Amino acid sequence: MEQHHHILSVLVENKAGVLSRVAGLFTRRGYNIFSLAVSPTEDDRYSRMTVVVDGDSSPIEQVTKQLNKLIPVIEIRELAAADAVERELLIATVKASAEERSHLIDLVSIFDGQVIDVGVASVTIMVAGTPDGLDAVADLLAPYGISELQRTGRVALPRLIRGSRPLKAVKSSEQ
Amino acid sequence: MKLTGAQALIKSLELEGTEVVFGLPGGAILPVYDPLIDSSIRHILVRHEQGAGHMAEGYAHATGRPGVAMVTSGPAATNIVTPLCDAYMDSIPLVVITGQVPYSVIGTDAFQECDTVGITMPVTKHNWLITDPADIPEIVREAFHVATTGRPGPVLIDIPKDVAIESMDWYWPESVDLPGYKPTNKVSTKLIKDAARLMGTAKKPVIYAGGGILKARAAEALRELAEMTGIPVVTTLMARGAFPDRHDLCLGMPGMHGNYTAITALQEADLLIALGSRFDDRVTGKVDAFAPNAKIIHVDIDPAEIGKVRRPDVPIVGDCRRVIEELVKAVRSDLEKRHWPDLIPWWSEIRTWQRDFPLYYEQEEDGPLKPQFVIEKLRDLSPDDTIVASGVGQHQMWASQHWKFDYPYTWVNSGGLGTMGFSVPAAIGAKVGRPDRTVWSIDGDGCFQMTAQELVTASAEQIPIKVAILNNAYLGMVRQWQEMFYEERYSEVYLSPDLPDYVKWAEAMGCVAFRVDAPEDVAPTIEKANAITDRPVVIDFRTDYREKVFPMVPAGASNSDVLPGPTPNGAK
Repeated sequence: MEQHHHILSVLVENKAGVLSRVAGLFTRRGYNIFSLAVSPTEDDRYSRMTVVVDGDSSPIEQVTKQLNKLIPVIEIRELAAADAVERELLIATVKASAEERSHLIDLVSIFDGQVIDVGVASVTIMVAGTPDGLDAVADLLAPYGISELQRTGRVALPRLIRGSRPLKAVKSSEQ
Repeated sequence: MKLTGAQALIKSLELEGTEVVFGLPGGAILPVYDPLIDSSIRHILVRHEQGAGHMAEGYAHATGRPGVAMVTSGPAATNIVTPLCDAYMDSIPLVVITGQVPYSVIGTDAFQECDTVGITMPVTKHNWLITDPADIPEIVREAFHVATTGRPGPVLIDIPKDVAIESMDWYWPESVDLPGYKPTNKVSTKLIKDAARLMGTAKKPVIYAGGGILKARAAEALRELAEMTGIPVVTTLMARGAFPDRHDLCLGMPGMHGNYTAITALQEADLLIALGSRFDDRVTGKVDAFAPNAKIIHVDIDPAEIGKVRRPDVPIVGDCRRVIEELVKAVRSDLEKRHWPDLIPWWSEIRTWQRDFPLYYEQEEDGPLKPQFVIEKLRDLSPDDTIVASGVGQHQMWASQHWKFDYPYTWVNSGGLGTMGFSVPAAIGAKVGRPDRTVWSIDGDGCFQMTAQELVTASAEQIPIKVAILNNAYLGMVRQWQEMFYEERYSEVYLSPDLPDYVKWAEAMGCVAFRVDAPEDVAPTIEKANAITDRPVVIDFRTDYREKVFPMVPAGASNSDVLPGPTPNGAK
């Protein structure tokens, strides 16, 4: 986990324009987002945003306090790397001749990945893993020739045993 | 009961206690203007939408109640962005309603369409686009709740034309349910004790009172705390009047153009008790050099203000009045237990600064008219509880320095955003809210030209404000900076004293107007103006363009390097 990155797990109301409010706040206050993933939650009134923030440009205490002022923001948790499980998905189209293909499949299977599409001279693979793990995958794929690669940005939840460090269990303003 | 969206909107405003709406109709908001005819709400027809916003701000400043403005879509909505931003910076409760093109055509670049909610997102506390007329009562309740609770601020409701026309089953929600909005309402007893203990050890404490005192209606509590402890009080630009200027413990305004004593007392303090103030750059000067020996107690309703600029030793999130009331109790019990340090040596330092570096200017009998002289005459010849509304620039600083604000809610100005043109419409709004008070707009010639047309509104609506233009024929503050920091290279700051002819212009707008050049004419003309109560009055004071605002802390400099300016006995 990069030293200056912080993972914020932000529960927001599932309403039009909420992403824009969050993104706009980052722009206005000069904070940088490293990655952002948004998805519905188990409760359809809410969505969860996993925001990875660059701590150098963005004092994390101010980021969370300012985010908390947005009315559709219900709860923010800062997830320390050690206390969170995080995953990201990578899909990539890699050049692979017929003879290279089996090597590539072996390689991808080491990372519990899959081939999800096959063409004449290339394959598209999919790997889910930790951000560091996916960095390694991308490095190993590079010699084959990557023609396209996309990553989702990470999603994260607190670890069950050690628990998370909830900044605000409910949105209130104790110091 | 079936109502149209428009009827539901007006009825909701009435139920929220709205007595006046400042606005200007247009295509998309047309349906909402129809039920307004049958409403108890007074509507004030402005001449520019910016005026509607600043009037609503002036109303809120003077009354503490939310100001309401209503305009149409597109250009009207963009014209009201400046007041929204102004209110956002100064935490003024506003509810702005904008018309929008029909929901069915949003996104098609329809006539007078703009993304009002998108544009105003960064300058409102929250905003809403109504998509269903059934949501109107709920959204209006939420809007007033958000605008007026916690740290107050502006909100905006965007209502598409078809939503205003469609019908709904009327209801009035009993309460507001916003799961993501829970302003602080409890105060930590431990932190209050910590604060009292710290106050009880300080040898050079200063209360640094900000606009939050006024928002929390905490002026009386502040006075009790100050008198009980004998701690000096500075009042920031946003807090003028929160503590009486004529009070012995009052040091006046700190900051870039504060007085020498207030600036220096903050700088030399060993404890700052920051109450509803936000360590604005205009107060701190160079942040790293600000009050270097001071411990900080910081009280603010907005948790994000705590530690934003300076990390406090005792952080207290809460409503200023409640916190100060608790603090008074804690201090009382601490004073019974322990002996607090003697503040006499601290006060004797302060009294020396006050003696050596008072605010100072010289008005020669036959010399050009000094703006400070005009303000002092205005002050002395008007009732003590006169409301003063200023624009932004030199005249604003002189007004803040030389007026004696002894009552809260008598100073209406644009602090954070620094909006030129604020004064005239804000004065109108203040007068609408407080018709019993004399309201003087102290304005600059540059500012006046930006929003003067609202004097037509004032004449038409019989809102008898008074305007003192300190006409030095320059964008004076910019001129001052060019003189001091740009080697007297004057770039685009000259305006002309008589183009426009302010007297003719004011008369054309239905005002009584005077021109004053000579010092001896100042008092008689002000007396004439104060005697006129049935229509607006404008006085064009031709003032000395060479006069500069002092003291001054140059931008980016430490407050220790304040330039005191001229002094009566040449002290340095």
